[in-house]
Amino acid sequence: MKILVCISHVPDTTSKINFTDGDSKFDTSGVQFIINPNDEFGLTRAMWFKEKQGAEVTVVNVGESSTEPTLRKALAIGADNAIRINAAPTDGYYTAVQLAEVAKDYDLVIAGKESIDYNGGMVPGILAELTGFNFINSCIGLEVDGSTATVTREIDGGKESLQTTLPLVIGGQKGIVEEKDLKIPNARGIMMARKKTLTVQEPVQSETLTKAVSFEKPAAKGTVKLVEADNLDALIDLLHNEAKVI
Amino acid sequence: MVSKSYIFIFTLSNKQIKFIAMKPDLFQAPDYYNMDDLLSEEHKLIRQATRDWVKKEVSPIIEQYAQNAEFPKHLLQGLAELGAFGPYIPQEYGGAGLDQISYGLIMQEIERGDSGIRSTASVQSSLVMYPIWKYGSEQQRKKFLPKLSSGELIGCFGLTEPNHGSNPGGMETKFTDAGDHYLLNGAKLWISNAPFADLAVVWAKDENGRIHGLLVERYMEGFSTPETHNKWSLRASATGELIFDNVKVPKENLLPGKNGLGAPLGCLDSARYGIAWGAIGAAMDCYDTALRYAKERIQFGKPIAATQLQQKKLAEMITEITKAQLLTLRLGQLKNEDRASSSQISMAKRNNVQMASDIAREARQILGAMGITGDFSIMRHMMNLESVITYEGTHDIHLLITGADITGEQAFK
Repeated sequence: MKILVCISHVPDTTSKINFTDGDSKFDTSGVQFIINPNDEFGLTRAMWFKEKQGAEVTVVNVGESSTEPTLRKALAIGADNAIRINAAPTDGYYTAVQLAEVAKDYDLVIAGKESIDYNGGMVPGILAELTGFNFINSCIGLEVDGSTATVTREIDGGKESLQTTLPLVIGGQKGIVEEKDLKIPNARGIMMARKKTLTVQEPVQSETLTKAVSFEKPAAKGTVKLVEADNLDALIDLLHNEAKVI
Repeated sequence: MVSKSYIFIFTLSNKQIKFIAMKPDLFQAPDYYNMDDLLSEEHKLIRQATRDWVKKEVSPIIEQYAQNAEFPKHLLQGLAELGAFGPYIPQEYGGAGLDQISYGLIMQEIERGDSGIRSTASVQSSLVMYPIWKYGSEQQRKKFLPKLSSGELIGCFGLTEPNHGSNPGGMETKFTDAGDHYLLNGAKLWISNAPFADLAVVWAKDENGRIHGLLVERYMEGFSTPETHNKWSLRASATGELIFDNVKVPKENLLPGKNGLGAPLGCLDSARYGIAWGAIGAAMDCYDTALRYAKERIQFGKPIAATQLQQKKLAEMITEITKAQLLTLRLGQLKNEDRASSSQISMAKRNNVQMASDIAREARQILGAMGITGDFSIMRHMMNLESVITYEGTHDIHLLITGADITGEQAFK
């Protein structure tokens, strides 16, 4: 089985978020980047298929050269080889078009259900449409037996188990493996990653369907007024006259 | 508001167990002079991997083990898997074949968690694997290094004796040629990992008074390793004695490649280099904790970080950390080129451990009474550093090494 894991290069969750160019562009200065957590769950599951079922695992990213350390980390974790499509992932459609060029040669494509930076959530679905592969989103469990995949997905108030056939695109998330299963690359893995192939390929011509106009941060937290627990009259007065919510 | 840890007490089989749930490890490494620009992507990857491992495996449990004066033995496997045992040992002997800066960064991150855990990794890498790699026979390398790298064997290093600390050349431990084996007698003291080590690299004099290295294995008759108790420092690390009472050591267990005092001192150069990096880790943790606390702690209606005296402390801390980072990175570059002298390594060890020790004390002051509790790592670091400033050459001896180097006059005696 040939598995392709799509890797988004996203800011660490503890990063301080700022914007530049008139609030239309994310300011990357001083930001540490990581593998998108939803993709990392998928990558870890792919490692399981590699160890248990002899799958070959390729990681792919649409990004500029600054994203290579993220791909190297995926190689250090155990992926066999990596592909970087040399383009800024401007929007979901554009990114999916680029990934589709690579994905058509694989049996199973594991993407995160969304990246934690822009939270677009479009890429896996568009990618499935472009490749003609089956598609299941929000997966919290994945087994493959021959060309049959059994997938568990989260639904409101419960779980749903589905069976489908390869080739398949899934949108993965936490649950496909648990946090405790995530692999920390070790020194030997990092040294082996040196020898693995990281292919850079140029993007295909594609339009972008969306354009970021501006970003804004949530309003700063206001000041807090503390009311003594036994002073209900003061609380009601403040809610009624000042906050005007009752 | 300053977050606090919680103490849970529960009963298991009539035994009351106290468990401190540590606060989440919020550590963020300071890099005031953008030193990261001087590191390779590989350096940053190995550092991040070690940092992630420390946050996941060490930070949540280390305080409890230190309080209980117990070594968290379950971490040995994790250290081995991470590659912290002999990271610079060539891959053909089971090591990772990383460079010296990577080794330093691993030590920095582990000591950011705890000096005791770093000590275990230092001993295994620089004091056990290094001499076998550098001074051992090919047969010894093949027999021991892969198992030491995988953690299947844990080693210790016997140089210091009860009567010979700063003057190891005066050692009394000796061995005699008894035909088909050597007979070893003597005692070593203050040996990290001794209580559970499978293998000891022991330095002893032959009949001619020449120092040689011998590989003493746990099973050998007459070899015992009583544990040293009641330490106020490196409490989460096991320390002990090595006692040799007519131990028969097979002749093939003598390290053939080098003898004389220079042989153990070569190992110490490698270990001291790792300590120089490690001490930065302890200092960074204290600084980071104190900075966060100072911003959150409100007195007289404002954060104490807004007061001049606390800013002075924090400003001096980050200055000293930055100086140490640059000194040590340069030392790493020299070490990679095999050009770092013993005196240069000595200076970095002395400077950085003193720096970390001073920062731990100042950071403790910033935290006020909270700083003395196990809710924060600072006082554990402060106490650990009392050992680190003493072992592998005391602070004073390192001053004399620099003194001798620049004046040409030895002032040890």
